[in-house]
Amino acid sequence: MNGPASRPVSGVPVVPAIVETLGCWLLGLLWILPLAYAVWTAFHPAEFEVRFDLAAPLTLANFVTAWKSAPFARYFLNTFLLITITLCSQFVICTLAGYAFARLQFRGKTFAFYIVLMQLMIMPEILMVENYRTMNALGLVDTVVAVGLPYMASAFGIFLLRQTFLTVPRELDDAARVEGAGPLQTLWRVYVPIARPVYIAYGLVSVSYHWNNLLWPLVITNSVTTRPITVGLQVFASPDQGVQWSVITAATLMTSAPLLIGFLLFQRQFVQSFMRAGIR
Amino acid sequence: MHAAVSNPAVAGPAGSRTPVLAWLLLAPAVVLLAAFTHVPALMTLVNSLYSTPAANRPARFIGSDQFRDMLSDPVFMSALKNNAVYALGTVPASIALAILMALIVNSSIRGRTWLRMSFFLPTVLPMIAVANIWLFFYTPSYGLVDQILGIFGVHGRNWLGNPDTVLACLMALAIWKEAGFFMIFYLAALQQISPNLKEAAAIEGAGRFYFFRRVTFPLLMPTTLFVLINALINAFRVVDHVIVMTKGGPDNASALLLYYVYNVGFKYWDTGYAAALTVVLLAIMGILAFAQFTIFDRKVHYQ
Repeated sequence: MNGPASRPVSGVPVVPAIVETLGCWLLGLLWILPLAYAVWTAFHPAEFEVRFDLAAPLTLANFVTAWKSAPFARYFLNTFLLITITLCSQFVICTLAGYAFARLQFRGKTFAFYIVLMQLMIMPEILMVENYRTMNALGLVDTVVAVGLPYMASAFGIFLLRQTFLTVPRELDDAARVEGAGPLQTLWRVYVPIARPVYIAYGLVSVSYHWNNLLWPLVITNSVTTRPITVGLQVFASPDQGVQWSVITAATLMTSAPLLIGFLLFQRQFVQSFMRAGIR
Repeated sequence: MHAAVSNPAVAGPAGSRTPVLAWLLLAPAVVLLAAFTHVPALMTLVNSLYSTPAANRPARFIGSDQFRDMLSDPVFMSALKNNAVYALGTVPASIALAILMALIVNSSIRGRTWLRMSFFLPTVLPMIAVANIWLFFYTPSYGLVDQILGIFGVHGRNWLGNPDTVLACLMALAIWKEAGFFMIFYLAALQQISPNLKEAAAIEGAGRFYFFRRVTFPLLMPTTLFVLINALINAFRVVDHVIVMTKGGPDNASALLLYYVYNVGFKYWDTGYAAALTVVLLAIMGILAFAQFTIFDRKVHYQ
């Protein structure tokens, strides 16, 4: 503080630097605290919910109780089915549309593109009342397909793939055509392989979105055989069920575990994917 | 965007077939988008002008009656006010924290991998999981918040049961969950900033705060605009924590707009009024969309 006025940036005094580092660590600690606390509660008997004793016995009993008191296996299967169906459809639909917008000429292209982009603002859950009516008319209420259907044509996916396809060199395109490949073959053999990192990025973002989505699935599903894991957890943990906190926390961690473990293992890819998906 | 449109014809001899092919490729996307975004949006507008149909009486045209009802509906007014407070409270705080986190993680501080993980982790968790965990924190006298405050002599607050504190509790949770997500975008932007700028500033003797205020922050402006719009959309779109933690209570002090739509549409089955409420949400999204397009056009000129 008392140093010369023109002290360069690199010459920060020693004591404040340590204070600053500690401040940053404190923020990091504060941010991890809720999750750390949840882990503590889930792995200890109920009487240690609010007592912090390092000698407290570790237990998996809360997880066992949670697993036995609700059909979580079925909920996991539903979520798995939902994500598989949704992601595969998104990949196909967005690839075809993204290619058309990037490389084909047709009238009304700009207009069509803006119409597609509207979905970035109007997410399907905002229109849940009308969408419920539509699903009802189609006889799809309380099916896994209905949970994913409104999200399958994703404006975000179309936009992301269009941007990527625009960067593919024309020479590759021409080379494929000289070899006699049609547009669809070119798309499959040239464009799709080049866009692989974008598919991974979009896939990770989409999987976490649908794993975590609650409102629309809550509206459209109504039975054990269709509910994704979030809705299952919501039904299990609602206060009128009178379930113990440690068991609810165990169930909560259990339902988030696949994404959480995936993130911890592939942290770098996760962060880079979210970055890539964010830079439009 | 216009670069692609003005490109010369692509398919050469087969050019005359490309419009057909293009629309074939677009067909699945167009059909699904129309069915679940555009048609429902238009139908919402139409239905907002009709009464809710019942078994013995079909929907009839009532014009703007439902919008007039809204103005005298205390639940709607409080949901609107709550949502405004919620957005204005969570968005700037999340953005400020996101910038701070990105600066920390982008610096050469020890343990920055660990810090990045800590900041980003809440983003990976489902909102419902976060809400379940935080519900326990706010439990009167037993929960973590009261335990910690108990050390300082504050006892037995019912955080979620008090109309004065309930919305703030939800906002704290939302900031905790979202800041790390927005950090990612700032991190990406910070890594694009040339290290030469920092060196130049160091030679000039500029302090770190001066450098941030005059160089880093202006360079982050496009990111801030992008994050701002997305954060605002999220503030009107995410109500999972309301469903899990408070059900809009007590006394509608934590009701948000989309939660009210959900309640009117699927608890009272008053679909006409729900449509009118949805129109309000669509209008808010429309304003945000308009802001995004105009602001982003300006951003393009800057670059």
